[in-house]
Amino acid sequence: MTAPAAYQVTHLDALEAESIFVMREVVAEMERPVLLFSGGKDSIVMLRLAQKAFAPAHIPFPVMHVDTGHNFPEVLEYRDRRVAELGLHLVVASVPEALASGLVRESADGMRNRIQTPVLLEAVEKHRFDALFGGARRDEEKARAKERMFSFRDEFGQWDPKNQRPELWALYNGRHHPGESIRVFPLSNWTELDVWHYIARERIELPSIYYAHEREVVERDGMLYAVNEFLPARAGEERFKAQVRYRTVGDASCTAAVRSDADTVEKVIEEVAATRITERGATRGDDRVSEAAMEDRKREGYF
Amino acid sequence: MTIETLAPGGAEDGRLSGPAGPEGRPMDLLRFATAGSVDDGKSTLIGRLLYDTKSLFTDQLAAVEAVSAARGDEYTNLALLTDGLRAEREQGITIDVAYRYFATPRRKFIIADTPGHIQYTRNMVTGASTADLALILVDARKGLVEQSRRHAFLCSLLRVPHLVLCVNKMDLVDYSQEVFEQIADEFTAFAAKLDVPDLTVVPISALKGDNIVTRSENMPWYEGPALLHHLERVHIASDRNLVDVRFPVQYVIRPQSTRVTDYRGYAGQVASGVLKPGDEVMVLPSGFTSRIHSVETADGPVAEAFPPMSVTVRLTDEIDISRGDLICRPNNAPAVAQDIEAMVCWMDETRPLQVGGRYAIKHTTRAARAIVRGLHYRLDINTLHRDESAGELRLNEIGRVRLRTTVPLLADEYRRNRTTGGFVIIDEATNRTVGAGMIVEAA
Repeated sequence: MTAPAAYQVTHLDALEAESIFVMREVVAEMERPVLLFSGGKDSIVMLRLAQKAFAPAHIPFPVMHVDTGHNFPEVLEYRDRRVAELGLHLVVASVPEALASGLVRESADGMRNRIQTPVLLEAVEKHRFDALFGGARRDEEKARAKERMFSFRDEFGQWDPKNQRPELWALYNGRHHPGESIRVFPLSNWTELDVWHYIARERIELPSIYYAHEREVVERDGMLYAVNEFLPARAGEERFKAQVRYRTVGDASCTAAVRSDADTVEKVIEEVAATRITERGATRGDDRVSEAAMEDRKREGYF
Repeated sequence: MTIETLAPGGAEDGRLSGPAGPEGRPMDLLRFATAGSVDDGKSTLIGRLLYDTKSLFTDQLAAVEAVSAARGDEYTNLALLTDGLRAEREQGITIDVAYRYFATPRRKFIIADTPGHIQYTRNMVTGASTADLALILVDARKGLVEQSRRHAFLCSLLRVPHLVLCVNKMDLVDYSQEVFEQIADEFTAFAAKLDVPDLTVVPISALKGDNIVTRSENMPWYEGPALLHHLERVHIASDRNLVDVRFPVQYVIRPQSTRVTDYRGYAGQVASGVLKPGDEVMVLPSGFTSRIHSVETADGPVAEAFPPMSVTVRLTDEIDISRGDLICRPNNAPAVAQDIEAMVCWMDETRPLQVGGRYAIKHTTRAARAIVRGLHYRLDINTLHRDESAGELRLNEIGRVRLRTTVPLLADEYRRNRTTGGFVIIDEATNRTVGAGMIVEAA
C-alpha cells in the first residue's frame, strides 16, 4: 500500500517524537528522575520536550543545576526565571559549598570542570535520583558518539564504554540495583543544527549570550574568553572589545566565545550551517586537555 | 503548566516548519546501518559522505590527521573520527556501534556504523534494528566474502526494508563492468534466497569519489544513481505499516491540578496504523471497546496520528487502562499470547541461553518474565544450516526458540510489524540485556 504524502513527518518531528518517547519511558519505569538543567541551550530544549511529553500535566520531576560558582549572570537569571514560570523544584548541587566543606579541592589550573563530578554524584546519592536526563548529543564529541540513549552507571557513577547494554529498536533497559543509576540522553540523535532549527520553530527563548553582543575579551589558546571575576586577564594579555556570541554555555572560566554577528535565531542557523569547526572544538578549554579528555571525565561520572 | 503556556502560538499559528529542502519540501529522516570491515573502505566511504556533505569539521579532521601521522599511518585513518575511546585507539579496533550524522537539503541521515570484527553479530543486529536501509560494502578485487553474506542475512532477519550493496575500489579493477556485474549477479542470486524487499547495487570508489555524490565519468556503463542520490531519494514512507492500528500505552497522563480536572490521556508513540477521533478501538488485554475522543499533542489536537508520532489518546469511555496495554481496532488485533516462537540473537558473553532458563522480557511497553521451553535449532549464519542438536545459544549465535511468558504479550509477527514483533531479553540477576527476539509465531 502506498502511503499518501500526508503521512510523512519532518526530521524535527521525528526527533521530537523520539525524545518524548524516551522521557515518558523514564517517568513510567524509574523511581526518581531528575533533569540536569544548566541554562544551556540543550537543557532548555530538553525542558521544552518535557513540557510537551506530559502536557497538560506538570513536568513530573525536579531539575538539578550543578553550579560551579563560575556562572554567566544572564544564564543564572534565565535559570531562575524559567524554573519559576514552570513551577519546577530546583536542586542546586553547589561546587563552592563542596569546596567549603572539603568534599572537593580546587584544581591547580582553577578549572572546576572535573571537580563537578563528585558534587554531582553526592547530590544524586543524597536525593536518591535513579535517572538523570542529560542534554548530551552524540554529534558533540567522539566519546559521546558511542553513548547509549540509556547509559548505565554503577554505584560510583562510572561509565564503562566496553560494557554497554545493547540498545535495540526502542526497547530501553533501565533496570538497575539500588545505588546504581541511568543517565538518559533524549537528544542523542540531534545535531547542533537540529537544536537551533527546533529553537526557531518552537520560538524558544534563550539566555542573551547565545546571540551576538559586544564583550570585553582576551585571546587565549586561539580562543576568545570573556574577562570577568572568574577569568581575569593574565599579564601580557591584551583586553579588547569584540562582537561575539557563545555556542555553548558551561563554566565561565573555561567556556570561550566565538566572533559572530548573528544576533537573531535565523542568523545563528545560517552561521552554524556554514561553520567548519565543532562547537566544543571552538569553545571548550576542558576538551583540549587530551584526545580522551571527555572519555576520562565520563568514566568518572561526568555528564 | 498548561498547553497555553507552551510555544506562543500552536500549529494554527503557522509556526516555522524548520528547514525546507528543494521545492520547499521539508527534510525527512533516514536511518541507515553500515556493515563492512576497515579493509572494505567503510571508514573512507563514511568519511567521504560526511566530508562531501560538509558534515566533517576542520578541527575533527585536523585531530584525526595528527593522530594518524603520529601513529605512522600511510593515510588519514578516518576510523579515528569516532574510534574515540582510549582502548579503540590503543588497539586499533572499533568496539561498539558509533552513531554519525549528516544532512543534505533533502534528508537528515543517522548512520549506525557497526564494526566489522569484534562482537560483530551483536552490533550489527543492534544497528539494523532501527535502520530503514543497510549499506553493505565489498571490495571489488575480492568479490563477495563470507562476511558479505552474513551481513545480508542479518539485514533480512532484522527486516531492514532497503539494502544497498556498494562494490567499492572500482578504481583498482580498472572500473571494469564485467567485475561489477559478476559481483552484482552473485549477490542478487544470494539475496533472492533471503527476504530482501529492495536491493540496489552501486559501483563506487570511496577513495576517488566515483559515484558517491555525482555519477562517475569513469563508469559510463553504469546507468543507476550515485550513492548519495539514492540515499536521498529512496522511498521510505511506505515502509511504515499504516494498516494495523497498534498503540502501546506508555504512560497515563492524569494532571493533579485544579485547572485541569477529569483529564485522563493515554500517552504513547504510534507503532503502526492511523488513529483518528471517532474510530472504534479495542484495548488489550482486557478486550474492552470504546471510541477515540481525541488525539492530542502539547501543540493541540490533531486530526490523525501515525508512526512515528508521540501523542496522547483520549477515549470516550472510562476504562481501566495502564502502561503495557495496547489500543488497536476490534477487527484487527495482535495475538494475546503466552506461547511465543521467536528467532533469538544471543548477546551475553558470560552465560548462554539454555532451555529451562528464566529471564525478564521487554516487549513494546510491556514487561513480562519468560521461561525458555525449547530450542528448535541453532542457525549457522554463514551456511544457513540448521543445527537441531544444539543445546544452547552462545554469544552472537542465533536460533529459533520457544518461550512461555508469565503474562500475555500483545504480539504481531516481526515480519509484519517491527515494533510489536520485537523484544529484548534481560538477565534478572545482572539486569543486562542478553538477547534480542523476533517473533515468528504467537499463540
